[in-house]
Amino acid sequence: MQTGFRNALSTGVQMALLAVVLAATVIASTAMGYIQVPLSDVPRILAARLLGRPELTAGMRQIFPAVVFDVRLPRILSAAIVGGGLAVSGAAFQGILLNPLADPYTLGVSAGAAFGASLAIVLNIHLLGLHSVPLFAFSGAVLTLLLVVFLASDAEGLSSNNLILAGIIVAAILSAGISFLKYVADEQVAVIIFWLMGSFGSKTWSDVGLTALWVAAGYGILVFYARDLNLLSLGSRAASSLGVNMRRTPLLLLVTASLIAAVCVSISGIIGFVGLLVPHMMRNLTGPDNRRLMPACLLAGAILLLWADTVIRALLPHEIPIGVLTALIGGPFFCLIFRRQQSGRRGF
Amino acid sequence: MGFSLAHVDFAYQKRPVFNDLSLVMEPGRFYGLIGPNGCGKTTLLDLLCGLRQPDRGSIRFRGRDLRAFSKKELARQVALVPQDFFINFPFSAEEVVMMGRYPRLPRFAAPSAFDRKFVKRIMSDTDTVNFHDRMVTALSGGERQRVVFARALAQDTPVLVLDEATSNLDIAHSLALLDLAARGVYDAGKTVIASFQDINLAAAFCSHLVLMQPGRIVAQGPTDKILTAERIERVFGVAAKVYFDAYANARQVVFKAPRHKIQEAEPSKEY
Repeated sequence: MQTGFRNALSTGVQMALLAVVLAATVIASTAMGYIQVPLSDVPRILAARLLGRPELTAGMRQIFPAVVFDVRLPRILSAAIVGGGLAVSGAAFQGILLNPLADPYTLGVSAGAAFGASLAIVLNIHLLGLHSVPLFAFSGAVLTLLLVVFLASDAEGLSSNNLILAGIIVAAILSAGISFLKYVADEQVAVIIFWLMGSFGSKTWSDVGLTALWVAAGYGILVFYARDLNLLSLGSRAASSLGVNMRRTPLLLLVTASLIAAVCVSISGIIGFVGLLVPHMMRNLTGPDNRRLMPACLLAGAILLLWADTVIRALLPHEIPIGVLTALIGGPFFCLIFRRQQSGRRGF
Repeated sequence: MGFSLAHVDFAYQKRPVFNDLSLVMEPGRFYGLIGPNGCGKTTLLDLLCGLRQPDRGSIRFRGRDLRAFSKKELARQVALVPQDFFINFPFSAEEVVMMGRYPRLPRFAAPSAFDRKFVKRIMSDTDTVNFHDRMVTALSGGERQRVVFARALAQDTPVLVLDEATSNLDIAHSLALLDLAARGVYDAGKTVIASFQDINLAAAFCSHLVLMQPGRIVAQGPTDKILTAERIERVFGVAAKVYFDAYANARQVVFKAPRHKIQEAEPSKEY
């Protein structure tokens, strides 16, 4: 297959277009919902709050600024940040594990988070108030990651097969644990199930700040090492001979990608397919070079998950869990892309 | 000074590979590593590239301990064409060859006009330029091996390490690529260290040979002195005849044809 089509638009133009689409999506999505806010009022409300000039909102319904700024924007921005985070994390996992089917949850991060969250819900832990469940989810994800890396490492470092295998084993044990917790949870079982399927309902500005901070830091590390991630695809010996520290760099990238995923999961619950689907779609646009792929994934992941959440929030008659929607739409869509790539790969 | 290994021990987990191995390799020579499967050729090359550390003993390069080199420094000194040339993502052939320039480029820098020209020249030398924009995942094994070879040449290092780097190539491309490597040795004073399965190919290109048996070096020195029938028999356990071939302009090895070869009197056909 030729790769010339990738250069139809320069990378800069592609990124600028994605950024414009994302900004438009945020504004359009803010206007949509149970209370319709006129599109033209959204920028005025934003400007009024950000510039501290309340006179800009004069003449519109009093409730609009509160709806836009206190209810919708935190949800919209956390959906966008989580979408971008899951997508870059997925791209990194695919690059490190040399497996196009890897996603942010391959190492059992989601199972660990789910177990932690279920535990907090069943034991009715409110030590830390509203943050108890996310904190338990995050701790579960990190502990799982440590366990998987410990199981998979040998004298040679980390092999991708060992990592995937260790991830599957640990996830299997944890999902049995989750089933047990659901069994003993009685009426709390509905809360667990709802959390597991993901939601951006009732997100606050502190959620936005927290995820933005982590995702930005993680994204910075992934972009810094994007070139090394390219070299990993040549195999460990070639990568090492081209200057990649094979003991340190893959581990660092793995921990970074997992921490991004862990923060996203603990804020929003488990949202599948974004981390798998977006890198695949973007690789068709930018090619596999991670220096172009990472920014494209960040923007496209944000756009995709924000649209999914907007459909749920504003268009569907009843709100359904977002994890269900992404899997129901993302799954078949992934089958389609996968099939197309297979039939495009003549001669194999 | 090129490489000098002194009393090197190396083991995978509990399985020892080398015990008290010593070897000196001078710059400006084309070294060939020859020996049966599993004798440690790849492990020795890995040690020279700094991909593995000896358990005991020292490996020095240009008089300095190899461990004192940073990964980046080493990537500017030694390039490797590995045995395994699978590439996992659909990079274009040109992108892969350009990866050979990474060690010379700052992390976020785009390749300069010089880098582009250099890569273009390497790709035309290695006969990979006509599929420069095709995905490496869609190339044949031999084409991909040439791209990987080109990537190592693009690294433009004083030392080039080839781990059976022509195993999948037709004879024309094998000769052409080894000739490129040899030109670097004889014209520019570079060092090539290559492992071979094909003894005759090694004999044709290498100024020096290192004969190996599992875990040890049997003999090393100039190809003309090292390559004898007795040594081939000792190392590989097969009877052979070694002679100087005027057409090849090198010592060559021939083996006895199997006794049970079927020879039918059928006319040959030309198409």
